[in-house]
Amino acid sequence: MLGLGVDRLQADINRLLTSLFHQGVLDEQFLQLQQLQDETSPTFVYDVINIYFDESEKLLRSLRLLLMDREFSDYKKIGLHLNQLVGSSSSIGARRVRNVCVAFRSASELNNRPGCLRGLEIVEHEYHYLKNMMHELFQLEQQRLLAAGVRYPM
Amino acid sequence: MVMAAEPQFHVLAVDDSLFDRKFIERLLQKASCQVTTVDSGYKALEFLGLREGFEINDPDAVSTSPVIHQEVEVNLIITDYCMPGMTGYDLLKKVKESSACKNIPVVIMSSENVPARISRCLEEGAEEFFLKPVRLADLNKLKPLMMKTKLKNQKLEEIEAPSKDESGTVAAVVEPEVKDLTEIGIKILPLQSEVEPKQVHLQVVQQEEQTMSNNKRKSVEEGLSTDRSRPRFEGITTAV
Repeated sequence: MLGLGVDRLQADINRLLTSLFHQGVLDEQFLQLQQLQDETSPTFVYDVINIYFDESEKLLRSLRLLLMDREFSDYKKIGLHLNQLVGSSSSIGARRVRNVCVAFRSASELNNRPGCLRGLEIVEHEYHYLKNMMHELFQLEQQRLLAAGVRYPM
Repeated sequence: MVMAAEPQFHVLAVDDSLFDRKFIERLLQKASCQVTTVDSGYKALEFLGLREGFEINDPDAVSTSPVIHQEVEVNLIITDYCMPGMTGYDLLKKVKESSACKNIPVVIMSSENVPARISRCLEEGAEEFFLKPVRLADLNKLKPLMMKTKLKNQKLEEIEAPSKDESGTVAAVVEPEVKDLTEIGIKILPLQSEVEPKQVHLQVVQQEEQTMSNNKRKSVEEGLSTDRSRPRFEGITTAV
């Protein structure tokens, strides 16, 4: 009974990940990230993705403030924020977020304000979708660990 | 678990973003390196025992005590390009201008593929320019390079301080008499050819140049097509 719990949860995790890969939300870099986790750093994926969330949300808030300002003109700053988002998103394998950030960055390089506003909306949307998916994944992982823990008492 | 024959490389990683520092630190640990992370070029220079405007072996400089930093040999500096204040490029220049540190290989990372920027960094003496995301394979390629500088440092120690005292490792290298490392480099070569066959040395250099030119080509090529030409992920077999 408990064994089934672990297997079913593992199947759920696999299904979720497969779906995210097929949607292009994640790419192979996510697998590279998972491989960096081991006994010496057992919660690395969880930790680093949470740092990613913190930093990304700060950047997104800053971007929104910049663009909502009527007198806005600091496209360079937008570019810098986006470079950071592109880099970190690609490092965790968040392909779609990375791609829409690149598109947004192009609009900022052209000093295209409406393009930037639209770009920001899309990035926010993709980012929140990713965040929800990651939370779901972490929850399943937690449940699986618990189920596995009960199965193998110390 | 005992770390057997594999030498310990010490890498100084510089990035203003916490995420990037965590990420590169884990990558480097996974590549069996010791890591020190700092969040700015200024802190990197401090760690290296350099400070804006003067070096520790400058006779006019205030005598500070960089002993702690000198005992920790740095085999590689890996830095983000885009940082506030001092960019990775600025840091690269400072390191290459320093006679104490110019032989430390410097690698630059960026999330932007700008060929002009890449060339400029390579011309200034950067060994590699990595586009993010940096991968374990990228770091493993740096090992022969780090090995080479580590061996070079060991040779320098043997020449400068044949009778080592307890702490005397890298400290010996930066004695005030040692004004110019290239001067010592020239002195070393004849010795090296006695100790090891020249062919071996040449082989190592050639391999490096091969790898380096491959990597340089890689980063510039990628500017031409957005697709990274790595196998696209089709489906997964494992989860965590």
